[in-house]
Amino acid sequence: MTKEKAPKGIKGWAQGRSLWMLHFCTGCGAIEMPPTMTSRYDMERFGITPMATPRQADLLLITGYLTVKTLKRVVRSYEQMPDPKYVIGFGSCTVNGGMYWDSYNTIKRLDLYIPVDLYIAGCMPRPEAIIDSFTELIKGIKEGRFDGWIRYRENIEFYKRNQAMVMDIRKWSLDTELAERIWNEVQEERKKRFERATVPHVYELAERIPEGLPK
Amino acid sequence: MNAIGIQIGWIIFMPILVIIMGLLYLGAARKITARVHNRYGPPIYQNIIDVIKLFSKKRATNHGVMFSLGPIMAFSGLLISLMFIPIGNRALLSFNGDIIVLLYLLVIAPLGMALGVGEGANPMGTIGIARALTLMLGYEVVLIISALSVMLYTGSASFMKIIEAQSGGVGHWFLWPLFLSALAMDMALQGVLGEKPFDQPIAPHEIASGPMVEFGGKYLGLLQLYHAIAIVVETGIMVNLFLGGGTLFWWFVKSFTVFFIALLINAVMPRFRIGQAFKFFWTYPAAISLLGLILVAILK
Repeated sequence: MTKEKAPKGIKGWAQGRSLWMLHFCTGCGAIEMPPTMTSRYDMERFGITPMATPRQADLLLITGYLTVKTLKRVVRSYEQMPDPKYVIGFGSCTVNGGMYWDSYNTIKRLDLYIPVDLYIAGCMPRPEAIIDSFTELIKGIKEGRFDGWIRYRENIEFYKRNQAMVMDIRKWSLDTELAERIWNEVQEERKKRFERATVPHVYELAERIPEGLPK
Repeated sequence: MNAIGIQIGWIIFMPILVIIMGLLYLGAARKITARVHNRYGPPIYQNIIDVIKLFSKKRATNHGVMFSLGPIMAFSGLLISLMFIPIGNRALLSFNGDIIVLLYLLVIAPLGMALGVGEGANPMGTIGIARALTLMLGYEVVLIISALSVMLYTGSASFMKIIEAQSGGVGHWFLWPLFLSALAMDMALQGVLGEKPFDQPIAPHEIASGPMVEFGGKYLGLLQLYHAIAIVVETGIMVNLFLGGGTLFWWFVKSFTVFFIALLINAVMPRFRIGQAFKFFWTYPAAISLLGLILVAILK
């Protein structure tokens, strides 16, 4: 099987110039979107328009912190989007947890769960920063640099394992058999760890950085 | 033989021309709306890029046979209705009585969509289709009464004969003697085009773009082409009945003017509830068009 590649040439150009985004308004980042859309910064001049459903969208914007419950919805939305698809992590919360760095129910690093193409640092990033990231994304897509959906498919076990560590992935994943198997493995591991533990657990900090990150 | 060859050539060429013009209309619509909103707006060929992108998408979710047949049925239904509209004084499949056939054919497209959406089984899509059909029930009455008054005025149900009767300059347009019918039809056209305040079927903020909710990739691309043709066909009815047709260039200028008026209303209006929209169509535009029909019947 030949390796799938990011679109280039006229396909890449069309893909870059017509990004339809699904802005998943989780945290406070959503408040920066209206100024970016309206008359002052107007992102529609790059062909970027908000879309209502994941089926129509190419670009997933995660605007802010993600609780474990929301992560499930995000992954489901991401899996429903048609290829090629791109993800922008928005604000410090998606980079390293931001001000929720020690919270028990938010995730700290978004790209452990879904492949992120670009991060915008800042708490919150200004509309200028958002426009800057969009132009960077458009340039990168034209050159075929961003290939998040390919990485997701190739490293599906890695992503599913990380997702299984924080939530139940069995009922809704696209590949239910794989999800079932990984879920059972993670449960076994978790049981063993609880047996070995000497101090009582108040709560288990669900997220650990795994060793082998995909390239 | 040669005449038939040219005719077939036009039948193939006309949909392509109309699709390109319709996509440019949509692009211009986005640009004009942006200027009304004091924004810069996308380039005028933006919708052509969108269509290229949608058709180059690698995967599109499919929910079954009818899901893929629905958009095709809608698209082909519209393509057939395009054949009955003379564009630039060129009759493609015109015959005596084509207005009545056209008014029937216009219903095929929403029904095709309804079948496709039904297979998708998304509640948002079902709501959207229910709204689209309700809205259709509202504006069809006005559309038919207005068309009827034109037919009564000329004593013919053929687009070509009606265009012929209007030839000879601006003063001969049916817009002037049948002003009430034209006004009512323009009001109905706002609903036919699905522009605000009558965009309940595809209300992105309420029901997530309604019928299109499950369609992605190439299906959405097909629906974009469908939308592009729909705009030209729907404004074309108005141009042929009241604005006197014209050569290819002037036909598109007139058609865009009709679209432009709808667009300006669209840019500044909020959205009606579906009940309010239905009530609106069956009161003012219906009353105006009925008055127009009665006046024609008396004065003729």
